[in-house]
Amino acid sequence: MKAIISFIAVLILAAIAYVGVDVLNMQYIFGVVIPYLAVAIFVIFMIVRILKWGSSPNPFRIPTTCGQQKSLPWIKHSKLENPSGVLGVLGRMALEVLFFRSLFRNLKTQLRDDSQLTYGEAKWLWAAGLAFHWSFLIILVRHLRFFTQQVPAAVQLVEMLDSFLQIGVPLLYMTDAVLLGAVTYLFLRRIAIPQMRYLSLMNDYFPLFLIFGIALSGVLMRYFFKTDIVSVKMLTMSLVGFNPSIPQNPLGVIFYIHLFLICTLFAYFPFSKLVHMAGVFMSPTRVLANTSRVKRHINPWNYPVHVHTYAEYEDDFRDKMKNAGLPVEKE
Amino acid sequence: MAKLPKPEELSKIDYTPPKTSWMDTPVVFKEGMFCHGSKPKSLELVGFPNPRDWRPADADWKLPENWKEILLEGIAERLEKYRSFRLFMDICVRCGACADKCHFFIGTGDPKNMPVLRAELIRSVYRKEFTLAGKIFGKMAGARELTLDVLKEWWYYFFQCTECRRCSVFCPYGIDQAEITIIGRELLNLLGLNIEWIAGPVSNCYMKGNHLGLEPHTIVGNLEYMLDDIETVTGKRIKPTFNRKGAEILFVTPSGDLFADPGTYTCMGYLMLFEELGLDYTWSTYASEGGNFGFFTSNEMGKRLNSKIYAEAKRLGVKWILGGECGHMWRVLSQYMDTWNGPADFLEVPKSPITGTVFENAKSMKMVHVAEFTADLIKNNKLKLDPKRNDHLKVTWHDSCNVARGMGMLEEPRYVLKNVVNNFVEMPEDTIREKTFCCGSGTGLNASEDMDLRMKGGFPRANAVKFVHEHYGVNMLANVCAIDRATLPPLMDYWVPGVKVAGLHELVANALVMTGEKERTTDLRGEPLPGIEQKEEKA
Repeated sequence: MKAIISFIAVLILAAIAYVGVDVLNMQYIFGVVIPYLAVAIFVIFMIVRILKWGSSPNPFRIPTTCGQQKSLPWIKHSKLENPSGVLGVLGRMALEVLFFRSLFRNLKTQLRDDSQLTYGEAKWLWAAGLAFHWSFLIILVRHLRFFTQQVPAAVQLVEMLDSFLQIGVPLLYMTDAVLLGAVTYLFLRRIAIPQMRYLSLMNDYFPLFLIFGIALSGVLMRYFFKTDIVSVKMLTMSLVGFNPSIPQNPLGVIFYIHLFLICTLFAYFPFSKLVHMAGVFMSPTRVLANTSRVKRHINPWNYPVHVHTYAEYEDDFRDKMKNAGLPVEKE
Repeated sequence: MAKLPKPEELSKIDYTPPKTSWMDTPVVFKEGMFCHGSKPKSLELVGFPNPRDWRPADADWKLPENWKEILLEGIAERLEKYRSFRLFMDICVRCGACADKCHFFIGTGDPKNMPVLRAELIRSVYRKEFTLAGKIFGKMAGARELTLDVLKEWWYYFFQCTECRRCSVFCPYGIDQAEITIIGRELLNLLGLNIEWIAGPVSNCYMKGNHLGLEPHTIVGNLEYMLDDIETVTGKRIKPTFNRKGAEILFVTPSGDLFADPGTYTCMGYLMLFEELGLDYTWSTYASEGGNFGFFTSNEMGKRLNSKIYAEAKRLGVKWILGGECGHMWRVLSQYMDTWNGPADFLEVPKSPITGTVFENAKSMKMVHVAEFTADLIKNNKLKLDPKRNDHLKVTWHDSCNVARGMGMLEEPRYVLKNVVNNFVEMPEDTIREKTFCCGSGTGLNASEDMDLRMKGGFPRANAVKFVHEHYGVNMLANVCAIDRATLPPLMDYWVPGVKVAGLHELVANALVMTGEKERTTDLRGEPLPGIEQKEEKA
């Protein structure tokens, strides 16, 4: 049900773009106003979100230690899983962000009929997650060709590598297929596994459909309903140069659908779970080094508390202490 | 109390989620799955709000009229105080990687025990009250109203989490359910909604120095009994000191070690080891608790109880502090103590008087875990050990959650263990070290009225022990945790009869050859040493 509503929501979004451009001829709204608005919302509210996180301190040093601490010199310290300094944390975070280290640990816990628990390999979520994020990034990088007058060599290299299979005309980008495949897997997983279905919210289905819609409209535009790339670039460059104009040569409605879904994603991003993109860099259990025994970690709101002092304790128990032969401060 | 079902029944776990969505499935309080509510006296002693007689299963919890306001203000305050809380409310993508990592989920099949859903219990209210999307879209955006049912659900499930952090090992963003439970329990405490098994020990510890409420003369008396037993085993009379000014080292251990076996055997182990070393150390009856049930109550209460350790070290003028075997105690000490109650600049960087090793890793907080201390002794050949005395034991090692995931002390105890026993077997690799399973009764859930919960929560741990018991004949589960020593014996009796539980230093002391001791015929438990019976028969 939540999935269906999310699906319909994305269809409606696509329909809005269709009606807006094809029927109401609001090219300027959909090609200029909304993109600017969406990017502005994204930038402003992401900054707000990050500042908000940043404004709350880390009162305690609470890394989750996933390996041997640094202690005695002859015991092998696990530098990446239990970092003792900045370098270790950088390494840990690099593994986390680039390769999803923690997700790589994933296991599938199963209860056998003979009541034995087993812990099987479960790398599919990791693989699909990695495929999804990396292909998304590569696609994003490829799109930089629309936002730079001279296409940077790095972008051209990425394009070349991405199409290295040399299938079809225009050449098939592998990441297009991988992204669609990975999103499909991530969706099916939510539907097929009872626990996943139970815990999933619309907040989970909607971005999946939205991203699927973006990828699909992009693929349709590139491989099926040919779109005038030169005009697209004229529009994007005019946006980048803050001199917006809708090109003379009409752009197909599929382009506007693609663009509108992207704008939706941008505007939705700061208010959704997608903020994990930035949040992962601030997670205290990962970015803090395990140094709380070596260097005092300061809690900015540490305040004095009521304690039961030794003097009070001795007052409570002086006779008993003396009878038991324990030394006391006051006779 | 409801009768505990048989293991065969309890291990039939239904993982099918309910038909109704979790927001529309009100909590049902099942007998044996929760603890008694806090008593008014326990709250009054430490000045906690809303002290009254109440029962969790009753409809009326006798809450203040403005309870909702108190909670929402409490959430707002904590969002500003803890980046962890604020971030973890926002960034979860519900990938489900944590779901089957939680011992309570594995043992109960209850979907609200999946860490992700346990967090959603509070996240849903956060969305409703603190986010724009939640205010506008409500349920569609995963938001819901804070109602009495929701509050009861929080209570039920935040006391079905032992803050073991296993989920946070697997989370791609390091979201730590322990943080959420810690804050959730703090919020509940604003309304006087603690469990007595925590609130009682907290007030005991505050007034008397330890959770068990042992008064100074009782501590001395209890140790005397142990000294008698040590004399019987070794022929040596040990005379430890208490509250002695000018000692080099203050020794602090969980009070569980002073109270009941098998913890007392561990305690005898410390006594024998320190005697053999001629260590200049003292016990304290004031700082007679290493553990910290305050930490299961609120940050502030944790700090209040913890303050005694540094205060006593200062009063006695010791150079540094040595800590006994414990799990959560060591997360609190290593990640909180110096921040709360430091700087301990009146102490010196811990230096072993026996080996000269300087514990640089405790340079600021100035406290060393006894397993680190002993590992260093053995490495430097300072102990005469006869591991054959433990040959009747096949030992496996249980990493305590907090020591593993809140500190990373994995190798030190293993090194000690391998030097004091000849038969050591690891449990399956996905159940040890950073992936270790909780005993199922941590964070103050080791009461007697919640045995169902404890046996279910401890099922994955017991299951791994059962594996090595059946395959390798393991008959001893060793650990460095006082809660484990209290909770694993009933867990073993229930799931894996025939496996006993021991602290590391019990096994050390069994193997320790002491100067001038008589020939030992029994271990610390008074059981004949291997080979002794045959010898006697021959004679």
